[in-house]
Amino acid sequence: MLLSPTPMHIPDGFLSVLVSIVLWIAAIGVITLAVRKLNQSLAEKDIPLMGVVAAAIFAGQMLNFTVVGGTSGHLLGAALATMLLGPWAAVIVMTTVVATQALIFQDGGLLALGGNIFNMAVIGVFVSYSVSQILRRFLGEDLKGILIRGFAAAWSSIFVASLAAALELALSGTSPANIAVPAMAGIHALIGLGEGAITLGALSFIYATRRDLLKIGPTHPTTSKGVILGGLGIAALLAILSPLASAYPDGLEWVAEQNGFLEAAQDSAYTIIPDYIFPGISNEAVATIAAGIAGVLIVAAISLVVARSQRQADPKV
Amino acid sequence: MSSAARLLDPYRAHSSLLHRLDARVKLALAVGFIFTTALIPPGGWPAFILLLTITTSGVLLSRLGLGYVLKRSLLALPFILSAVPLLFTSTGEAWISFPVPGTTAVISQAGVVRVTSIALKSWLSVQAAVLLAATTPIQDLLIALRSYHLPRLLAVTIALMWRYLFVMTDEALRLLRARTARSTRVPGQRAGGRLVWRARITGGMAGSLLLRSFERSEAIYHAMVSRGYDGEIRALPSAPLSATAIFATIASAFVLGGILMLGLLTGG
Repeated sequence: MLLSPTPMHIPDGFLSVLVSIVLWIAAIGVITLAVRKLNQSLAEKDIPLMGVVAAAIFAGQMLNFTVVGGTSGHLLGAALATMLLGPWAAVIVMTTVVATQALIFQDGGLLALGGNIFNMAVIGVFVSYSVSQILRRFLGEDLKGILIRGFAAAWSSIFVASLAAALELALSGTSPANIAVPAMAGIHALIGLGEGAITLGALSFIYATRRDLLKIGPTHPTTSKGVILGGLGIAALLAILSPLASAYPDGLEWVAEQNGFLEAAQDSAYTIIPDYIFPGISNEAVATIAAGIAGVLIVAAISLVVARSQRQADPKV
Repeated sequence: MSSAARLLDPYRAHSSLLHRLDARVKLALAVGFIFTTALIPPGGWPAFILLLTITTSGVLLSRLGLGYVLKRSLLALPFILSAVPLLFTSTGEAWISFPVPGTTAVISQAGVVRVTSIALKSWLSVQAAVLLAATTPIQDLLIALRSYHLPRLLAVTIALMWRYLFVMTDEALRLLRARTARSTRVPGQRAGGRLVWRARITGGMAGSLLLRSFERSEAIYHAMVSRGYDGEIRALPSAPLSATAIFATIASAFVLGGILMLGLLTGG
């Protein structure tokens, strides 16, 4: 199979009906807003542009590189689409990609499609956009700035979307929060590095050949403060909720299974990553939040180093 | 069609009852089936068996072949890993317990019921989705979605994406072939350079693919304008539903409703 499923696409059967419906409503709300915004600002030639870029992002998911053993990094593309097209067009492009994957290739479910759109097209794009726009103020418009922004946006889009997916699974009662959240977060912190690396390579290629596309982007003349705030809000909410949910999964599972079918998750004997806490802090939730912040700092440091090595490799910039 | 198209397009052209059924009805039935499946509580085995009977008869009616649908429906299987911890965390009568370093793992009966139900639900839903995709050309599916008020902008983007997906897939395959052709492996030495280098090359390929898509979209726009495109996408109004289609919808709604009742009565 050319297009293998990624762990981010939730199939049917894994989200409860209530969670699916809530996520569908949220996704439809954002898509309606995006369509309205684009109908005001879109130029005639942007319609074929969005279709063909969606096809390229879909096909681009086949481009992969071996990391170690049988695993390989490949592209999801939310950050790249956001940086090239602006947030609203990127929402439509990513919705198109995710919807086609579900409708045609059964990569992700149909009832779960609302959730998958919300995770990848809404959260992925909003978080990419806010990270990229906030970093833009500090870093400026040179190659280094664009590369760091691209890497950070790509990594955080994957990471935050995976937190959302894990919480949705936990709320549906199909995966216990104290296992799903650290496992999904851990795997996607790594997948995000691959996404970031490919995004970085793609941006430096586009910077070298068509710098004009990265300056403002064809379809977003102004910055959207609402999207920045939305992206930040989602990221902050998930960053606080996920460690809380994994530290106190009982509350979440009470919501999931109100009939008391599943009274309490077993104690920490089964957590996959028992050391997912920060030394010196006794409260587990606070410690996990601290570990999360430390993770973000490490990623920022790595992206600085990578950007520097990129600069040295290409002395004419 | 290009080489990639034959690999990608799940539509299987046959002449069957299911192929002839109106796409709007098929879409509603598939979503209704998946919705019903999702509502059945864990352990509703009789309902699951009846739902499996529906998908199996759908496969036979569509003449797709059980093997084809089975192969495609197993695609979502790896995701079941995310539910496996429930085996151990669900409370209830212990079923199997075995020692693991430091503690004893207990698999409860309730956990087995829940995980098996999730796996069955997922498998049944994927089968319905495979049946829909394999018996309905995407153009018909898009018209059906439009009649269910999919925004025009989204419908047009999906249609254009589908039209150029094969072109871009061929581009991606060419890029991969070019990379393979330029990468040699010296015996006894690791191939492919450092990890960062490999990632950068792949990134360059992705960037190149995106640039080609930008350039191609300009050519497409010019071609559209030269054929009278003015920013408005027009489509034929869809035909009214036939009496048979309406009857099929109502009958299926009753069947699914009955199965749901049975599931609610028998499930945990």
